[in-house]
Amino acid sequence: MSAVLSPAVAAPTSRALRFLTAGSVDDGKSTLIGRLLFDSRAILADQLDALERRAAGEPIDLSLLTDGLEAEREQGITIDVAFRYFATRARKFIIADAPGHEQYTRNMVTAAAGSDAAVVLVDVTKLDWKTRPVALLAQTRRHALLAHLLRVPNLVFAINKLDAVDAPGAAFAAVSAALRAFAVEAGLAVGAIVPVSALRGDNVTQAASGEWQAWYDGPSLLQVLESLPAADESHEGPLAVPLQYIAKEGDGTGHQPRTLWGRIAQGHVRAGDHIQVFPSGERAQVVALRRAGENVAEAEAGQSAGLVLDRQLDVSRGDWIGAPGTLAATQRFAATLAWLDTEPAAIGRKYWLRHGNRWVQGRISAIEHVLDIHTLAPTDAHQLAVNEIGRVIVETQQPLPLQPYADNRVGGALIVVDPTSNRTSGALLVDHVSQ
Amino acid sequence: MNAPLSIDKLLPALDHHHLDHLEEEAIFILREVAASFERPALLFSGGKDSCVVLRLAEKAFKQRVRGNQFEGRLPFPLLHVDTGHNFPEVIEFRDRRVAEMGERLVVGHLDDSIARGTVRLAHELESRNGHQTVALLEAIEAHRFDALIGGARRDEEKARAKERIFSHRDGFGQWLPKEQRPELWTLFNTRHRPGEHFRSFPISNWTELDVWLYVARENIPLPGLYFAHQREVIRRKGLLVPVTAVTSVQAGETIETAQVRFRTVGDMTCTCPVESDAANAAEIVAETLTVTVSERGATRMDDRTSDSSMERRKKEGYF
Repeated sequence: MSAVLSPAVAAPTSRALRFLTAGSVDDGKSTLIGRLLFDSRAILADQLDALERRAAGEPIDLSLLTDGLEAEREQGITIDVAFRYFATRARKFIIADAPGHEQYTRNMVTAAAGSDAAVVLVDVTKLDWKTRPVALLAQTRRHALLAHLLRVPNLVFAINKLDAVDAPGAAFAAVSAALRAFAVEAGLAVGAIVPVSALRGDNVTQAASGEWQAWYDGPSLLQVLESLPAADESHEGPLAVPLQYIAKEGDGTGHQPRTLWGRIAQGHVRAGDHIQVFPSGERAQVVALRRAGENVAEAEAGQSAGLVLDRQLDVSRGDWIGAPGTLAATQRFAATLAWLDTEPAAIGRKYWLRHGNRWVQGRISAIEHVLDIHTLAPTDAHQLAVNEIGRVIVETQQPLPLQPYADNRVGGALIVVDPTSNRTSGALLVDHVSQ
Repeated sequence: MNAPLSIDKLLPALDHHHLDHLEEEAIFILREVAASFERPALLFSGGKDSCVVLRLAEKAFKQRVRGNQFEGRLPFPLLHVDTGHNFPEVIEFRDRRVAEMGERLVVGHLDDSIARGTVRLAHELESRNGHQTVALLEAIEAHRFDALIGGARRDEEKARAKERIFSHRDGFGQWLPKEQRPELWTLFNTRHRPGEHFRSFPISNWTELDVWLYVARENIPLPGLYFAHQREVIRRKGLLVPVTAVTSVQAGETIETAQVRFRTVGDMTCTCPVESDAANAAEIVAETLTVTVSERGATRMDDRTSDSSMERRKKEGYF
């Protein structure tokens, strides 16, 4: 018997929201995630049983749900990014849980790449909130600035442990004011500031109740997350497709017309459209379009499309297909570089760079400055050490159709790979290009 | 009795756009494997996750003719590691599907490893699940595979939650969790040296519920074990242990017949069914929405040994 499906019902919030959580174990980050999973029933009875056995009568440690590696449990710290899933009736969520320690900035970079929002935890018990203005922790500033620097579109502050202070309303007001002042000073756009107690579950998934209602009538953290916009695919603008896969002759799929597959980075494509190949400059017309095993009339940004052209062109993986006259060649650009490798980034050394689906050789020709990770103040530097972020000039051996990261994530993101170790050593976000 | 439950009755939970997005991501990953590696293979056991990955591969590389029929061929063979203790109906399903699709299947037999002496069993009926790693790595070496596509999901287990989508394995097939490469955007770093290989997980971001919703939506064929059926079982330590040719019935245990289905299908000696009346994928979705025990917790004896049992096996080269 087969299940009968209704036609697709489109809802604007139907794509899963991916958000990263920044903060240390001490801030109650793991407890907060445990709370979100627990209240949304993503934690099941046997997993809870395992925790209760470990707790041996003490309160359950929800952080054990997220710290999945042996070394993490031994050391009581989160080392690596973990991905967690939960859903409410309104939305599905992916949590990219990044460790908060300074030495793990690389994990926050990993979690931030591709996230729609960042939730930065602020531990109110670590702040002298009775003194004005309230001095924020360096870590809070660093997490917020990193999210900003990595262009995470939405920033949310969750002020935690408000159950542990004697005047939670006053503490929330004072810390909120400090966060707002900091945001104005640093040029951050703040989506929301939410009071929570992850331990008790106050205002995490359920709206504030009891005494909290006297000083807070805003949304719960979950309500905020349900309403945040997911980073939009770039439907506007001229077509840009990095070619990913071209079925080779003789591999069994060759009896089909040659189809050029790529995930559309920008714009949309219809059968009949005229296109131009980058870098060859050859032009052609799209005669047929495929998608996931079907013929389609149109495909848009975010979707992988198979293009059948009206003539045989010399194209390969890594080339781009774009609207005629729109893809411009760049071999030199300014970018934000987040360095992730224990071996520092060196000026002049050749690295492998991946942009779209193309691997090219490239080198850092200049380091303009390295940013103080706490204040973002620029200072001079000759190299970039692990966990450092700076602004660099990059030169590539072949031309690339780059775009600023702020305009298009696919066109403006590159990874840097060490040619000796093959490690992923850095993340580049294009600031601007010079033709 | 009510009419059988169909997916459209579960619409609040069924989100076509979410499934479309997951499908899009998985197809992208599959094409990335085909484009980046010389000799990839797709792990196909007949289990539900591998059936979903197989359907995604058909969508990525073939053209639909009608219904479940696609034309064209996958650009890689299928690979199964047969422990010799697989459920016979699953092996029968595997072979039937492979024949229907006209694909090439490579089977690595654990019995061959035992004959070679590279696997030594402690006793005749020992669970062969952990030993699969040896047969798997031997198959990789024999066929010089440089990438294996698997159906592992991050929601299955804590160590899996930290797994990359493209996960590097060294020359010994080992996973080094502390050495994992940062994975940024979809700019996968697939660079490797000869002898090293990658595991790639296209449905990393799917949950058990997503898998069942997709099975229902796409009408994906699965072995009958996944749906409610009558089976002889023994109740042991809170699990329902299936009575098979390799089950040792202990003194004081009684065999009973129960209405059950399997949530995961692996080695007969370590996979247990759950009591259920769910007869199709839609009814399983409904059950999954109300379930209180995790997939591996309810069904796998091998993961219950310790908090780190999965991580240890993965480091050694397990799926």
